[in-house]
Amino acid sequence: MEEQEFQPAIVGFLCNWCTYAAADSAGVSRFKMPPSVMVVRVMCSGRVDPLFVLTAFFLGADGVLISGCWPGQCHYQVGNLQARRRTALLKSIFDTLGLELEDRLRLSWISSSEAPRFVRVVKAFDRQITDLGPSPIRDELFL
Amino acid sequence: MPEEATSSTFASERLHINKGAEETVRELLRSLLESGKVDAVLALGRTGNGSGGVAYSLFRDPAAFEADGDAVPLLPFMPANAGGLLSRLTLEGALDEPVAAMIRPCELRAFVELVKLSQGSLDNVLLISSTCGGVYPLDADIDGRLEEKLPEYWEGVARGELSDDARPTCRACQHFVPEGADITVALLGEADLDTECTLQLNTERGATFASEVEGTPISEKPKSEAIDRSQSEREAFREELFAGVGVGLKDLIHTFGRCIGCHGCKTVCPICYCHLCYFDSQNCERPTGYYEGELVRKGGLRVPSDTVYFQLGRMAHMAVSCVGCGMCTDVCPADIPVSTLFSKVGAAAQAVFDYEPGRDVAEEIPLRTFEEEEFAQVAT
Repeated sequence: MEEQEFQPAIVGFLCNWCTYAAADSAGVSRFKMPPSVMVVRVMCSGRVDPLFVLTAFFLGADGVLISGCWPGQCHYQVGNLQARRRTALLKSIFDTLGLELEDRLRLSWISSSEAPRFVRVVKAFDRQITDLGPSPIRDELFL
Repeated sequence: MPEEATSSTFASERLHINKGAEETVRELLRSLLESGKVDAVLALGRTGNGSGGVAYSLFRDPAAFEADGDAVPLLPFMPANAGGLLSRLTLEGALDEPVAAMIRPCELRAFVELVKLSQGSLDNVLLISSTCGGVYPLDADIDGRLEEKLPEYWEGVARGELSDDARPTCRACQHFVPEGADITVALLGEADLDTECTLQLNTERGATFASEVEGTPISEKPKSEAIDRSQSEREAFREELFAGVGVGLKDLIHTFGRCIGCHGCKTVCPICYCHLCYFDSQNCERPTGYYEGELVRKGGLRVPSDTVYFQLGRMAHMAVSCVGCGMCTDVCPADIPVSTLFSKVGAAAQAVFDYEPGRDVAEEIPLRTFEEEEFAQVAT
């Protein structure tokens, strides 16, 4: 089979107040996008414990998307800014350990009115993960 | 004790004492108890009338600090990170009566981190530390063998050198000069530590508590030559140590291939303070169906599973606060260099946030704070 058969599995942690609504709106508007994102609705991007991201990767995700409100628009004031720090930390850990996961983790700001932006982000991230191929830890037995 | 006792406006004082370091420390701790200035002293003690193991203990009887007493305050040994022990003592609030603690710089830094995490209080704890020459691994004291190493250890410390048998983490330590101690005992590179000693009183609290110590105030600056030399020697060793642990998925699997999943590293870690660790919780008790599912999904699975997952999860939670005390490596039954990996990951993560664990109690832990404008490249 050809390489193009690879269909990435992306776990998307979407904020209830913005990106989740944008994703819903994108669906209602029948925008076309790759079916690779498995959505986990969270009440805030700040709810995403770094462990959630690790768990997703260890259970076979090829990519993880965390998406929340633009800075200044967080429903809980600052949850998204905390999510940004955690993402920076995770990327640093992945980089130091040479896990090659830093490019498989993406944090994006998408407001509830930005359904087209949601589609663009999903398309771009899907493309990026497809180019990277399956996650190195996806099928690793000895973890 | 006023809360602002540790304020930086206090100009530190130095006292020269015509007695050896061991004697000076014993006398200081004894006088604190005798004068009633402290209710108890937390220090290492030889259990079982001097023949048994070594454990941190709270002493109230001044006699424990006589030359032949049970206390061994300067023994180069770390049966537990005292930062975690102090957190346990002060978890529910400041102590009613002052307690003095004779601890090492990494223990002090761990305690400061725990205080920042609301797991303890610095009030009413008099922190006495020293320029640290490292400690021996736990297995060095089996059958009391540690005593045989002591003459060599102290000769090394007087020259400003660490023993090759010291914990590798100690030989790679970058923070062996205590920051935030009320009283610092100069040990490393002090050529005459058998006969004389310098106490540095860093805070008003330290000066008040040490007022009964007889010594001559001196103005000369602390000798930094030996400290600087040790710093660069340890830095070189640290690079060697870091280079010795391979990174990349294959090497990580190789390193943790020996892991038996005992979680001892987490148990002794002062920073891992959770009463119930996620990895010990029901969430990680895999039901039978999990194994079957993984068999179907990827055609096989390591048992016990989750060894790398556990360490990565721990890193994500506490690597920014890792003080590099080396307890985890020391207790690992499979000889995995856990501490080296944590120090390496921790150093990189701390650099991301320009953070140094234990440096200053007023400095927020990076994951508990944020800037409005930062890490623009992280969110795309």
